Amino acid sequence: MSRFEPLNAGNLRSDGRRPLELRSFSAQLTTHPSADGSASVSHGLTQVTACVYGPREAKNRGQTMHDRALVNVEVSVAPWAGEMRRQRARGDKRTLEFAASIKATFEPVIQTTLYPRSEIHIHIHVLQLDGGLLQASINATTLALIDAGIPMLDYVSSLSAGLYLTTAMLDLTSIEESDLPSVTVAVLPRSGKVTLVSMETRLHVDRFEEMFKLAMEGGKVLRGEMDRIVRERTAALARQMEGGGGTKEEDKMDTDDL
Amino acid sequence: MPREAEPSINQRDFVFSAVQQGIRVDGRTPLQARQIAICFGNELGWVECSLGKTRVIAQVTATVTRPSPERPFEGILLITTEFSPMASSAYETGRPSEEEVTISRMLEKTIRRSEALDREALCILTGKKVWALRLTLHFLSDEGDLLDCASVAAITALRHFRKPDVEVVGDEVTIFSPEERAPVPLSLHHQPMCVSFAFLGPANVLVVDPTHLEEQLANGTMSISLNAQREICVLQKAGGVALPADEVMRAVNIAVFRVRELSDIVSRALEEDSKTRVIEVR
Repeated sequence: MSRFEPLNAGNLRSDGRRPLELRSFSAQLTTHPSADGSASVSHGLTQVTACVYGPREAKNRGQTMHDRALVNVEVSVAPWAGEMRRQRARGDKRTLEFAASIKATFEPVIQTTLYPRSEIHIHIHVLQLDGGLLQASINATTLALIDAGIPMLDYVSSLSAGLYLTTAMLDLTSIEESDLPSVTVAVLPRSGKVTLVSMETRLHVDRFEEMFKLAMEGGKVLRGEMDRIVRERTAALARQMEGGGGTKEEDKMDTDDL
Repeated sequence: MPREAEPSINQRDFVFSAVQQGIRVDGRTPLQARQIAICFGNELGWVECSLGKTRVIAQVTATVTRPSPERPFEGILLITTEFSPMASSAYETGRPSEEEVTISRMLEKTIRRSEALDREALCILTGKKVWALRLTLHFLSDEGDLLDCASVAAITALRHFRKPDVEVVGDEVTIFSPEERAPVPLSLHHQPMCVSFAFLGPANVLVVDPTHLEEQLANGTMSISLNAQREICVLQKAGGVALPADEVMRAVNIAVFRVRELSDIVSRALEEDSKTRVIEVR
């Protein structure tokens, strides 16, 4: 039916990558001054911004819990994000489910017991969409939570993987996603455990394990990159504080770059 | 929205220490599922499925409509899930809760996205007339593991249902009533069914077919839908407790066996039913 070739004779994918090569990953911290923590992450052409508000007094008093913080997740997808302009309704079931799975991913990782009777609100805004929505959202949320200074047990890093015939490939674009069976995995890299696995396409059990384990490995690599970004950013902030508010020219350039 | 009261600390400790010793509160072992019972109504496509005290009704109905312009060759399958306060006081009519969204999306993915139903076989006249099937699931009582029960009910209902026979001569479509010609069964590519797991206690013991109490206490849940050909259709572990990869693979392997068991039960129930029913004309 389709003439799309996921892997050509030279073992290259449609965008010229090798099967296990990731798209260019970049992240910026504190992109929104009004939020307590924010991060913008892009995997190739997929771009997601996450803002964290709180811990603060819950907007909805009835939902507060006496022994831990409530985590709220709201997701909005920009109408121009996908291939075609599309306005999504607010109560869209897909978006709600997506928000629920992000909430459940982060609830056990955030140390919510440190903030009883409060709320941590996470707002995810999808700006550009080219496959890997879940992975980008999870990575952005991790960085935004770190930026907000909320204590967590570990990074949560996420990556998608697909399978073409017998070749597993990582970090799928949207054309690949629509053609191949794919799985998104979120891992806690330090313990090597997996918190989220989501697969929505048909695949034989015997083929699943390889793809699943590769995605987990990839997630650990991504964690190194995220950690580097956080450390660079923190170092730049520390330098600025020592230098009395970043009057030095080079410090200024450093923070602008990040 | 009213929040359900959380189980007490005593109750929690009891459930956890029991499961640690390999026994559950209702006497089952961790990998033992409850007894499933399927009964059929007078109409074709009406199925009531119960799993312990969890009960779900599935009903399939068919009407003829115009197909969507993007897919002129394909029939329509609409899955609606009806949660009412009858199932549990946690459900309210109107705005769906997170749990309800998860269940209905999971069913949608299991049956629709995995292409269980051959939608092209529902086409009567290209671009003009197709069958529109409506699969309605009524949740009557929630004693845990609604999803598994609902997926069994849904697949059984689709296999049980028969649509009226049609004849196309040129542009002329004749739909025959069941008295004139025997109705025809739907064509299904495969029969995916869900298996849910919960992880309980400090050691995260994996249990199959969790009850409502176990679901409330669980550190995390996981649902896998598979077909009897060992193909995973949906695998969903949305957060919750973090697990080693091998534990996930173990759950997948358990699910493979469980689905085979469920398929057998469904096939047997349908066979029993077909003996008592007269569908053929003369």
